[in-house]
This record gives sequence, structure tokens and C-alpha cells, in this order.
Amino acid sequence: MPDRRLLADGRALSGLLLLGAVGLLALAAPLVAGYDPVAQPDVVATRFTPPFGHDGLGAFHILGTDRFGRDVWSRLVYGGRVSLGTGLLATALAVVIGVSVGLVAGVWRGRVGLLLMALTDFSLAVPRVVLLLLLAALWEPSGTLVVVVLGLTGWMGIARLVYGEATAIMARPFVTSARALGAGRQQVALAHVLPNSWTPVIVAAALGVGNAITMEAGLSFLGLGIQPPAPSWGSMIASGRDTLINAPWAAVAPGAALVLVVVGCTLVGDALRASLEPGSE
Amino acid sequence: MFSRTIGRLLAAAAVVLGVASLTFLLLQVAPGDPARHLAGPLATPEQVAALRDRLGLDRPVLVQFVAWIGRAAVGDWGASLATGRPVRTMLAEAWPWTALLVALSLGLSYLVGIAVALVQAGSRRAADTALSVLSVVLFALPGYWLAVMLVWVFAYQLRVLPAFGATGLDADYLTPAGRLLDQLRHLALPLATLVLIGLGGAARFVRGALFDVRGEPFMVAARARGIPEPRVLRHHLLPNAFGPVATLLGLSLPALFSGTVFVEGIFAWPGVGRLLIDAVKARDYPVVMAAATVSALLVVAGNLLADLARSWLDPRQRHA
Repeated sequence: MPDRRLLADGRALSGLLLLGAVGLLALAAPLVAGYDPVAQPDVVATRFTPPFGHDGLGAFHILGTDRFGRDVWSRLVYGGRVSLGTGLLATALAVVIGVSVGLVAGVWRGRVGLLLMALTDFSLAVPRVVLLLLLAALWEPSGTLVVVVLGLTGWMGIARLVYGEATAIMARPFVTSARALGAGRQQVALAHVLPNSWTPVIVAAALGVGNAITMEAGLSFLGLGIQPPAPSWGSMIASGRDTLINAPWAAVAPGAALVLVVVGCTLVGDALRASLEPGSE
Repeated sequence: MFSRTIGRLLAAAAVVLGVASLTFLLLQVAPGDPARHLAGPLATPEQVAALRDRLGLDRPVLVQFVAWIGRAAVGDWGASLATGRPVRTMLAEAWPWTALLVALSLGLSYLVGIAVALVQAGSRRAADTALSVLSVVLFALPGYWLAVMLVWVFAYQLRVLPAFGATGLDADYLTPAGRLLDQLRHLALPLATLVLIGLGGAARFVRGALFDVRGEPFMVAARARGIPEPRVLRHHLLPNAFGPVATLLGLSLPALFSGTVFVEGIFAWPGVGRLLIDAVKARDYPVVMAAATVSALLVVAGNLLADLARSWLDPRQRHA
């Protein structure tokens, strides 16, 4: 498992700091927001306040206000809850499905294994965005739907990784001896193969969270994800896009937050991979 | 090689058929009725029922699907529910725009990405780190946000490039040279968006492949035998690093297509992605079916080409 090497890696440290800071702000949203993220006091007096400016009612807005006079900073930290939450949940779902499929296919093999891996390869070849669009557009958009859809379209890479690991581990002597001692396949899968195949899954999950967050924001951007007025970084970008000429900050801030989170996930993923596969660098 | 190619072709056909079936199934189980959508809010239940009958929507699902496959196979993709135009014409107009965007951005992002990675492999640690940070940031940029930012800077602030469409309104009145310039100006922002986001991933991956091969014993052996550095680079490093790169090129196609869908939506680029978004929103089933199938075709064809390129690049695989 990751050890001192990981902490000595500048990428891990900066990535964790980035993610930690964003995560903390999102968790502490009610404390740090300052305003209700959906409140529209006096739209005409408060809208389009530039960053570090005071609106028509005299209130200070560190990142300005959007076209409905809503505080961009408050929406950003509350939106962070939505983005990080959906990203983490969707990735967790993808990990559960991917690990189960890979494990079953790798340990049980036979016809079931073939079928499962064929299904995995097929799903890998399907253009993900087509599925996302279909699923999200045809049903009533909601946070739950986004998590389910992202989870259902993001497990294939993990299944392939676990399958590869499982096949390799099944050929190792300790599995043979466990089998000789009378361990059933289920026991081998849970007690021997699973604990030994976590490492690539952790790396894939770290990178997957960033991807899921981008996708969630993308769906919300198209109006197919989290529904307004609830703040989501994607819908903030979409709404800010309409006021680019007079209030570009409304679109700049959520995008910058997204980039920070994805950079954080990528750095952590890279550093994990480097520390788990010595010799790869 | 030959039988392997046939096998790959069959698998590709299975994927396309699978995507078509999946799309059909999803459309069937999804709430919402295209007939009701088409008939409008004032239609009586009888009128909606008549419309369903007229469109064949009341037939058994399997019958509808088999009928669709049969017609699609001979090139009859039906007519759009929303516009009444033949779907085939709509797709024939749309796909070259998408192919143009995808091909240009894939080529450019890999050319620049490979160049950046080569610079990294040959430079000091500090420069390598700086370029790595840059490629991680580019890799992390969401396409739709970058697109919006580019529009803000180049269309609204600097006012030098158009923000949407593939041709100007006055395109018909321009000279051939003027028309080409007009198209290039419209192409600039969508292409820049896709190239910039693709570039980060490409540079990261190629750098990884180069550094992996650099540590191989045969590299040390080649240098120990006194082979000059440029020759080591050309004959030992690059050929071995480009095999995985060719595979990634194919694997990155689905992601690139995803990016294209968003970019086409934002820049009103008249391609398959935009057609798909519009059709999904309007519950235009025949267009959704066709656009999903065609995008699967594009992705699968790209993967096939990458596979062939890989075996062409790596002599060991030619006889596999």
C-alpha cells in the first residue's frame, strides 16, 4: 500500500491539498457561504455585481452576483457539495459494479466469465455520451438519475482491471493451496483475490472521480442533470454563458473550481500509480 | 492477419447492432410519447391514437425493431418526426461536419502532444515538470467550459472570431477564397477547444510511453554499442513507444466524440452531435436511432483503424 514514497511525491501532496481545501469548503458551505445560494433578494438592484463589489443594497460579494442577484461564491461552495457528492457516489457505484463483474468473471470464468467480459467490451465500445444523453434526457432529470447513469456507464474500465488482476492472482500458488485446503470459489474471491487486486482499482477510482464530476457538470450544463435553482457547477456555467458579455465571472468561477478538482484527482491518481507500480517512472 | 481482421469486423458490426438495439430499447422504456409530443398540447386522445397508428408506434416492440433494422439496412432511415425531412438526408448533411472536426482535432492534438512529450523526454527536470503541470491542467479542462471561455475572449472581448455556426450568413455571396476563409474562421474556436483538451491527454500518455521505453534494457544496450543518439531515438525509442500510442488514438475516439457532442452543441456546429442533442430533446425517435447508430459506427471504425495502424507499426503483430 502507499507509504512514505507517496507523501514524498509532490503531486500527491498538492493534489490532496487541493481536494482537501475544496472538500472542506463544500462541507462547511453553510458556515463559509455568507448568503443563501438560491436567494434572490431584489433582482434588479443586486444582479451583475462584479467580484469584490457591493450590490445595490450595499451587500459585499467576493465573487460577484449572477443574473438573478444570487451570490456566486455561495452558489460555488453549495454547488461543490453537489459536484463532489455526485462524483463520489457515481464512482462508488462504478467501483461496486466493476469489481463485482471483474471478480466473478476472473474467479468463476467459464461461460459466465466469457459472457461478462463480452458485455464489458461491448459497453466499452458504446459511445458513453450517447448513452448519457439518452438516459438523462428521456427520464425526469434528477441527482439520483445522474449518479445511476454515470455509475452504469463508468464501470467497464474497473471491471477489466479487476479481471486482469484476478486472472493473474488465480494462477498464484497461494490460491492453489487455498483451493487444496478446501476453500470454495466464493471464499477465494473474497479472501484472496479481492484484497490483492485493490491497487489498480484505487488508481482508476481516483481518476474516475474527476471524470464523473466533469460529466455531471456537462449534463447539468445541457440542462439534463441537477435542476435549477439548486446550484451545480455545470448549470452555473450554462447560466453564466448567457451573461458572458456583462458578467463573465458567473461562468469563470464554477469552471475554475471544476478544473481545480479534476487537476487534484489527476495528481493524486498519478502519484498513487507511481507509488504502487515502482519502476513505472 | 486476414482472419483477425474479419473477426474484428464482425465484432464491430455486433457493437453497432448492439448500440442500435440498446437505443431502441431505451426509447421504448423511456417515459414520454413521441405521438403526443408531435400532436401538440391541444390534440384529443383520439387524434393522438390515430397518430400512433399512423407512425406504427402501436405495433409490438419486436416488430417495430425488426422493421427498423430491415429498412436501415437498405438505407431507409425513415423521416424525422419533428421536421418531416428524410433522416438520411439530415445525417448525410451532418456527418461530414463531425468527421472534419474529429479528424482535424485528433490529428492536431496528437501531433502537438507528441511534440510536447518529445521535448519533455529531452529536457531538464524543471522544464519537464512545468510541461507536465500544463498538460494535467489542459487534461482537466472540461470541453464545454473551455468553449465558453474561448467564446468570451475571442468572440466577445477581441471580436475576431465568430461564436457559432459553420458558415456565415453571407457565405453565398462570397468569392471562393472568401468562403474558405469564412469557414476557417468558423472552424477556429470549435477546433481549438477540442485540440486543447485532447492535447493534454495525448502529451501525458506519450510522455509515459516514452519514459517507459527509455528505461528498457535494449535502450541501454543500444547506447552501449555506440549507436548515435539520433539513431537510437529513431530506430529504438520511437517505434516501441508508438504502438501503445496508436492504441490510445483509437481508444480516445469515444471520449473525443463525447467532447465533440458538447462542442457542437455550444458552437451550433451542424454535425451529428448537435443533431443528437436536438433530437433527444424533441423526442425525435427516428433521428435519435440514426444518430446513435452513426456515432457508434464512427467510433467503431476509428477503433478498427487504430488496430490496423498498430499492427502495421509493430511487425511482431503482423503475423499474430
